[in-house]
Amino acid sequence: MSAANELTSAQRDDLRTVAAMIIPASDEYKVPGADDPAIQADMLATLGRDTALVTQALDHLARLAGQPLAELDSARRDAVAIEFRATGGAAAATLVRVVLQCYYRDDRVLRSLGLELRAPFPKGYALEQGDWSLLDPVKARPSTLRHAR
Amino acid sequence: MKHDPVDVLIIGAGASGAAVAWSLADTKMHILCLDQGGWMNPSEYPSTGRDWEAKFYGDWSTSPNIRGRPEDYPVNDDNSPIKVVNFNGVGGSTVMYTAHWPRLHPSDFKVKTLDGVADDWPIDYDALTPFFEENDRIMGVSGLSGDPLSPLTHPPMPPQPLGLSGPLIGKAMNKLGWHWWPSDTTVATMDYEGRARCINLGHCTPACAQGAKASTDITYWPHAIRAGVELKTHCRVREILTNKDGMASGVVYYDKDGVEQFQPAEVVIIACNGVGTPRLLLNSVSGRFPNGLANSSGLVGKNLMFHPYAQIYGFVKEPTDSNRAPPTCLWSKEFYDTDLSRGFVRGYGIQFGRGAGPVFEAVASEQKGILPWGADHHRVFRKLNGHRLAVSAICEDLPEEHNRVTLDPVLKDSHGIPAPKIDYTISENSRKMMEHGLARGREILETAGATDICINDPIPWGGWHLLGTARMGTDPARSVVNEWGRSHDVKNLFIVDGSVFVTSGGVNPTSTIQAIALYVADQMKQRLANLFD
Repeated sequence: MSAANELTSAQRDDLRTVAAMIIPASDEYKVPGADDPAIQADMLATLGRDTALVTQALDHLARLAGQPLAELDSARRDAVAIEFRATGGAAAATLVRVVLQCYYRDDRVLRSLGLELRAPFPKGYALEQGDWSLLDPVKARPSTLRHAR
Repeated sequence: MKHDPVDVLIIGAGASGAAVAWSLADTKMHILCLDQGGWMNPSEYPSTGRDWEAKFYGDWSTSPNIRGRPEDYPVNDDNSPIKVVNFNGVGGSTVMYTAHWPRLHPSDFKVKTLDGVADDWPIDYDALTPFFEENDRIMGVSGLSGDPLSPLTHPPMPPQPLGLSGPLIGKAMNKLGWHWWPSDTTVATMDYEGRARCINLGHCTPACAQGAKASTDITYWPHAIRAGVELKTHCRVREILTNKDGMASGVVYYDKDGVEQFQPAEVVIIACNGVGTPRLLLNSVSGRFPNGLANSSGLVGKNLMFHPYAQIYGFVKEPTDSNRAPPTCLWSKEFYDTDLSRGFVRGYGIQFGRGAGPVFEAVASEQKGILPWGADHHRVFRKLNGHRLAVSAICEDLPEEHNRVTLDPVLKDSHGIPAPKIDYTISENSRKMMEHGLARGREILETAGATDICINDPIPWGGWHLLGTARMGTDPARSVVNEWGRSHDVKNLFIVDGSVFVTSGGVNPTSTIQAIALYVADQMKQRLANLFD
């Protein structure tokens, strides 16, 4: 069963709302928010082993909010978010990590950061040699390796 | 089911098991190695996929408890501030390590004589020198010879480039007048013995898809197997049995189908690391050995040493290498040797970190509270991402008997074998060392212009180095194996992994572990005619 089916409709709504609170869309940086449909779909499709903790986190969030998160006014929503992060433990940390790991692999986000849209392998990356003359003062140091006798 | 006996049975195909197998192969004895894991498939390594960073939090976590592969066994480390990390499979934890490659210093073998603490080793650095050299050649080491504060090495390949991060660190260290040097690593910087050169995939720790990072599945094992060593995978050893003469007679293991098997052997060599080895010995109880095998000293599982890591990091204005380079490239030995004016005995090495990828940066920075939720998230993330520099003090842990591995009374692995339980506290001496390391690290980072400084004290999932739990010595009352790795109690039983360390030094131990494995194999070959006397 996919995570999309394991989360209730209310939980998916709260996940979308809290994701947007963590990372809202930005016109300045030309990036979507973490509530973007494609990013949300990635989260639900890849929850996998994190499903139980994310569900636990969403249950905690629902208890704190008392109603759908999106229906709270912004001040109350912010207060719930602060309480959620402070008291949610490993479950809250997992939910936040899931949001971040899906957001920061989205093509639009990576493009905005100037990063290439690919896996590291097989192309790899170039690494400049750097200034090896910086090592000259260290080379000039006498050996002070401590003797064993 | 009982099999035909073998001359030598090695348990574990990781760093030390592979080295000892390769070395003994030239005896033409029938050598069999059993490993609880299987062969790795580099096409499945994280850096081959777009989700490469996410895998680090799940299937490719360094923690066996998080990873939970069928090959893993659980570890109860609730009573330890440092959690055990390892990898189980052909290559062992060399599949999943940073490839940082210092070795113990000559003074590390004489800590009692020099500093009046712990115990001297029964062997010295000179005894291991030829085996360090041989191991560096086979593993394929890159580096720069001539470090004035480290033992002389002869890396067969040139060092990794300094990149963007190296000069930032080097300039800061020069301003402070402190030692730094390009680290020896087992990352191939040129094509080497069938391995392709490093192409800076960056994500070295959870396995190298390019094969540039040395792991024993691609270094020692192909040679050992060509020389006739047999390696059986997905075979988890439950216990070592003994005969009426008190000698090891073989092992009971579960094969890939979960079927119990008995493999008789003339010699048994354990290479299961500083947690797996005491676990196996303590689980091998009998009427003759009621407290576990090879445990007449009562020291099996005791004196566990981890190397507490005190890490401090910050963010500079200049771009750093981020995830586009091997994570470590430099070390410092400025604070390696004892200076009692610092308030502690012994010392620590420093390893510098080049940076991190975007997901890791976002997750870590949010957890530390420096990456906010909301509209300002984007601005702050762009200030942090690709600008991280890290300093880690790898502190010498001294042996203390209360730091130990025992068998958990409840937790078991998938075959019903008791899991190891860790009881460990950071000593006052180590704590002072960590505080010193963090203070010096802060000076380095601030000199480099870093801000938003954060610490991990200790790195919680930092139990990479599992040492001391079956220590080497000449006194059977104070050690588990003798000066050439043979059990004092069971004369055809040998241990070659990090368990035999007497003290831990302040450096990553894999180079020294493998040198010891080669040394023990050499000692065995020299004594074949009277190995059990």
